[in-house]
Amino acid sequence: MTLHRLILREIRHRKVNFALSVLGAAVAVAAVLSTVGALRAYDRETEAVIDEMEEATKAEMAKLEDEIRKSMKGLGFNLFIFPEGQDLSEVYAEGFASRTMPEEYVTKLAESGVVTVNHLLPSLTKKLEWPEQKRTVILIGVRGEVPIAHRSPKAPLIDPVEPGHLVMGYELHRSLGLKKGDTVTFMEREFTIDDTYEARGSKDDITLWMNLGECQEMLDMKGEINAIQALECNCATVDRLGEIRAELGEILPNTQIIETQSTALARAEARNQAAATSRAQIEAKEEQRARLRAEREKLAGWLLPVATLVSMIWIGLLAFINVRERLPEIGILRAIGVKGRTILGAFLGRAVLAGVVGGVIGVVVAKVVKLPSVDSGPIIESGEWIAAIVTAPLLAALAAWLPSLAAAQRDPAEVLRHD
Amino acid sequence: MTESNPNTAASPETELSPSALSVANVSKRYRTPDGNVQAIDDVSLSLAPGDFVALHGPSGCGKSTLLLMAGGLLSPDSGVLEIGGEDPYALGAEARAAFRAERVGFVFQQFHLIPFLDVLDNVLVGELAGTSTNGEFRDRARELLDRFQLGHRLHHVPSKLSIGEQQRVALARAFLRSPALILADEPTGNLDAENAAIILEHLGNFAATGDGAVLMVTHDDRAKAAAGRSVEMREGRLV
Repeated sequence: MTLHRLILREIRHRKVNFALSVLGAAVAVAAVLSTVGALRAYDRETEAVIDEMEEATKAEMAKLEDEIRKSMKGLGFNLFIFPEGQDLSEVYAEGFASRTMPEEYVTKLAESGVVTVNHLLPSLTKKLEWPEQKRTVILIGVRGEVPIAHRSPKAPLIDPVEPGHLVMGYELHRSLGLKKGDTVTFMEREFTIDDTYEARGSKDDITLWMNLGECQEMLDMKGEINAIQALECNCATVDRLGEIRAELGEILPNTQIIETQSTALARAEARNQAAATSRAQIEAKEEQRARLRAEREKLAGWLLPVATLVSMIWIGLLAFINVRERLPEIGILRAIGVKGRTILGAFLGRAVLAGVVGGVIGVVVAKVVKLPSVDSGPIIESGEWIAAIVTAPLLAALAAWLPSLAAAQRDPAEVLRHD
Repeated sequence: MTESNPNTAASPETELSPSALSVANVSKRYRTPDGNVQAIDDVSLSLAPGDFVALHGPSGCGKSTLLLMAGGLLSPDSGVLEIGGEDPYALGAEARAAFRAERVGFVFQQFHLIPFLDVLDNVLVGELAGTSTNGEFRDRARELLDRFQLGHRLHHVPSKLSIGEQQRVALARAFLRSPALILADEPTGNLDAENAAIILEHLGNFAATGDGAVLMVTHDDRAKAAAGRSVEMREGRLV
């Protein structure tokens, strides 16, 4: 006859009491591990959400930057390079230069190794009468973007217009009832409408864009342009724009450079504003989740000790009941010479076993159960599993200590005398 | 079976050694809410190996208290008590437990079998006392159970046994270590005549070997008759 045999036989005999002890340990372990695991899962989810938001923000920022870049072009280029001697008051009044310069200037600039600008767009602009329609239009000949020789190719800001094609401003195509693909006669030539623009509320609405070469030919201004539009680098300061003007002035000394709008600053500000908005959104999300986490930590802060304490009281109570039920057994065992520490071992061994079984069940339950408001299951590290399975029997033994000690110290004469 | 002979009750002057049990001028008083109760009052008694003594008297006269004291379970307030020439109360609690395991066997009216252990384990439960766990008593337990006609019941739990069988299991448990002293508290109190006779016969046989003595508390005339001598107790004193 051995102690473990006595323990196992007793457990088999009093299944309900043992099962309830196991339940107590399992509930405590499951509660603790679920809470800890759920908090960790929540943290991971938070990280994932924030990462996702940051990724989305980056993508959104890239998209926004591209849109801003293009819209800056629509608003007007930062820099206009005009021929030397051009009266700028005329430019401000009319919107374009009356003097011209050789088209090869743009080629020279593109091949110069210029570093402060990204995009070069030569144009020939003229305000004239559309003879067939008897109305004033602004005609702009464009050849698209001239690639800068030493740079990697960039996405063009504007596509060239093919010969025989026109792009039409809003007021023109609206009043004439024209749409993309229609043909129209302009200065005795047939053109296909390549594109029509939405209203911009500017001179663009009465503008026709056509191929630069074709435009030069029709206006009898072959090889001439009257402006090069240049877009600066990713610069955000006015001083930087000064540097741009200095560099371009050195390459093309027979020109004058003006900044029509502080678009670079506007662009940088817009970009910064967008970034700040995104950051604010991320921070708000982080703050919200941190607040929720703090609330959960607070909940866990009292739930964990309460769950552990209640479980220990529960196990202790069951151990007390077990001792009460086994008083005659304790009496006879003590009478026939079984030592107090053996009795103590019988009760503590039972509690330890309940703790081990409850610990294992609690770990399994904690792994399976999903708590509300946490999408994934709790994340429990292997060290915590082991700690739970080791701690549960220790706590169970601690809970059963007093009843077990009372059993071990029970006076057999007292038990037998009253039985 | 020997005839009851109350006159053989030992006096204080009786030679104590080498008695199986020597009780000399022992007293015990209980404190109760209603005041002190003198449970045992200056009692002396001696049992030599081979004695089978019936202790009888009215309820509450102190019989069971004397039995518990004789078993090393309840220390006397005064007097000297020895089992096999050794005073158990001179030992510490753990040593006294080991002493009981070696020297004393108990049989109770309520049997006190452990309900979740089978017959064999109930007999062997004394192994938990720690003096031997290598199974040396297993053969002895089987031999006792065979002798008590329980060989076919080795793996039955107490609830599956008759009352008589349960008391025989309790008797086998008490006999397992061949103790110097068997203390039986109303061992036939719950038994029919046939089973009572069996138990008394086994107790008598144990005493008859001369290796140990039996002190039996009883109200049962059959038991008194079965004992070698009979001692009456009244109000905590032997009369």
